Amino acid sequence: MIAQILFLVFLLGASILFGRNVAKIRRNIKLGRSEDRSDRPMDRLKTMLFVAFGQSKMTKRPVAAIMHFFLYAGFVIINIEVLEIVIDGLFGTHRVFAAPLGGVYNFLIGTFEILALLVIVGCVVFLIRRNVLKLRRFSGKEMSSWPKSDANYILIIEILLMSAFLKMNAADYLLQQQNYPHYIQAGAFPVSQFIAPLMPQNAEFLVLIERGAWWFHILGILAFLNYLPYSKHFHIIMAFPNTWYSNLNPKGAFNNMDSVTNEVKAMLDPTFTPLPVAEGSKFGAKDVQDLSWKNLMDAYTCTECGRCTSVCPANITGKLLSPRKIMMDTRDRLTEVGNNIDQHGKDHQDGKSLLDNYITREEIWACTTCNACTEACPVNIDPLNIIVELRRYAVMEEAQAAASVNSMFGNIENNGAPWKYAPSDRFNWAQND
Amino acid sequence: MAEMMAKGEEPEILFWVGCAGSYDERAQKITRDICKILQHVGMKFAVLGTEESCTGDPAKRAGNEFLFQMQAMANIELLNAYQVKKIVTGCPHCFNTLRNEYPNLGGNYEVIHHSQLIQELINEGKLRAEGGESFKGKKITFHDPCYLGRANQVYEAPRKALEILDAELVELKRCKSNGLCCGAGGAQMFKEPEPGTKDVNIERTEEILAVQPAVVAAACPFCMTMLRDGIKNFNKEQEVEVLDIAEITVKANGL
Repeated sequence: MIAQILFLVFLLGASILFGRNVAKIRRNIKLGRSEDRSDRPMDRLKTMLFVAFGQSKMTKRPVAAIMHFFLYAGFVIINIEVLEIVIDGLFGTHRVFAAPLGGVYNFLIGTFEILALLVIVGCVVFLIRRNVLKLRRFSGKEMSSWPKSDANYILIIEILLMSAFLKMNAADYLLQQQNYPHYIQAGAFPVSQFIAPLMPQNAEFLVLIERGAWWFHILGILAFLNYLPYSKHFHIIMAFPNTWYSNLNPKGAFNNMDSVTNEVKAMLDPTFTPLPVAEGSKFGAKDVQDLSWKNLMDAYTCTECGRCTSVCPANITGKLLSPRKIMMDTRDRLTEVGNNIDQHGKDHQDGKSLLDNYITREEIWACTTCNACTEACPVNIDPLNIIVELRRYAVMEEAQAAASVNSMFGNIENNGAPWKYAPSDRFNWAQND
Repeated sequence: MAEMMAKGEEPEILFWVGCAGSYDERAQKITRDICKILQHVGMKFAVLGTEESCTGDPAKRAGNEFLFQMQAMANIELLNAYQVKKIVTGCPHCFNTLRNEYPNLGGNYEVIHHSQLIQELINEGKLRAEGGESFKGKKITFHDPCYLGRANQVYEAPRKALEILDAELVELKRCKSNGLCCGAGGAQMFKEPEPGTKDVNIERTEEILAVQPAVVAAACPFCMTMLRDGIKNFNKEQEVEVLDIAEITVKANGL
């Protein structure tokens, strides 16, 4: 009975804490400008099913795709087992699904065990790739000590959780063989039966191991749940809404700013009445609040895998720009702004901004807008849009661009071409041969 | 266009030449070759001549939305006045801007890139590869322009123009949706690159030279400049020719 009450306390505590952190992230995302992404629900569903649920964009890198699929399938399917653990924990039952499911239950437990083993294999391979093989994709300026540790913590926690699950089953398997009371005959143990011989045979000791592993497993999961909002691992949740709200237009289509359309139309036609606009009071973005909520959702979805950076032509050729850093900076700055609101109220200004304090001009001007980063992202994050918004601020609010870029603007304005040629010579190509 | 309008004629298609195609010496040749193809198949086309103006693409990528929309609205006014319905462009950047960014400012046209036009003409049997230079057995590779490929998912059209040549086609390591930029996009064409270890076009040229082609096919005037500079940098102009899809088509047909 005490165990049940304790379990309830832990479950409620963890859920409330997680709920509060998620609410905070939701509020932070809503600090962004409004942007309509409610159209074409069927296309959105399809994108989410293919990209997030079906992992379609992972296939470009087969080794990572297979290992990741083990972890993904393990996460999704083993959650059925967590449901049983929660019910058992609350009502003091043991393997409550065994009786109603019968033979199916044995199949399920057997599947979970194989998946748990595959998850461990995947995590070990990933740890080796990061720490022994030191793949280039996992390094870079933005991959400082915290992001590197974060990745390792996640993998180690997952190994520990799966080990506890298998250890629990191994002890249970032995107790079932000894017909120990309360341990009903249920489940198939294709993996843990091989761990069983390594266990002590004393029944009381086995119960201790089984209970210990059970508690470690579920408390570990609850703790891990609350680690998510602080970690890149939050992508396991965000991948779904983020792909739902994907940009469905061709990648080359940059949005036309309504606020600018109003000004340009008013300039061309004095009788024009401006349309209401969603954008803020300034052109482009200086800080996270000037970005759209989707840019900010992207930032919370990023799992820092570095596929974007590894295909970025600027980054490949040694420039400072790294699309992954753009996303990580946006998230770090947004977290900072959120903390400021919590501590000092809504209107607090800390004198810092995303542009300059986090992302430098050198980075945003190195982009070729080639869309390699958006193509590479397995969860449809768009770092390019953030870069363009920052450029818009630099150009339209501050008139800060390289002299050569300014002269290109001047040429277009005066000659209708980015180079300094006379418009009257525009048709000369027909004569030259 | 103005002449046709005055005569009360309507062209089948408007050829949007673009700034590079109008002023850049190398691109001018490609412009003339696109015209040769149009004339060869007997398609009635028009150009805007001195009335054409920059689409605003480089301004938009560089963050100058004002300048972009000023250009766009002036161009749309002109195109709508001429009641233009279908446009072919000689540049993927013009193609992308006209196709994707003009509609919600009031410019609705069917826009295709010249590689798509060539593909259509081949499919309709109006264009073959005969009567001109033979590319048979020559090693040809294609460099995907970002604004044709990833930006608009046009991967097959330019390849179609090469397939009919009976040449040996080789793909670059990074091709189609994985294609590597030439380094000119996003207004980089008009500025010095940021400090780094090498220029993007050099990285791309190394990859091109690795497959040892006789011809690199391009489909964008900016890629053309970047790739030619890259090839020149390695002193390989004698071995490797950079040719636009339109130039290859004209050569193959002896136009």
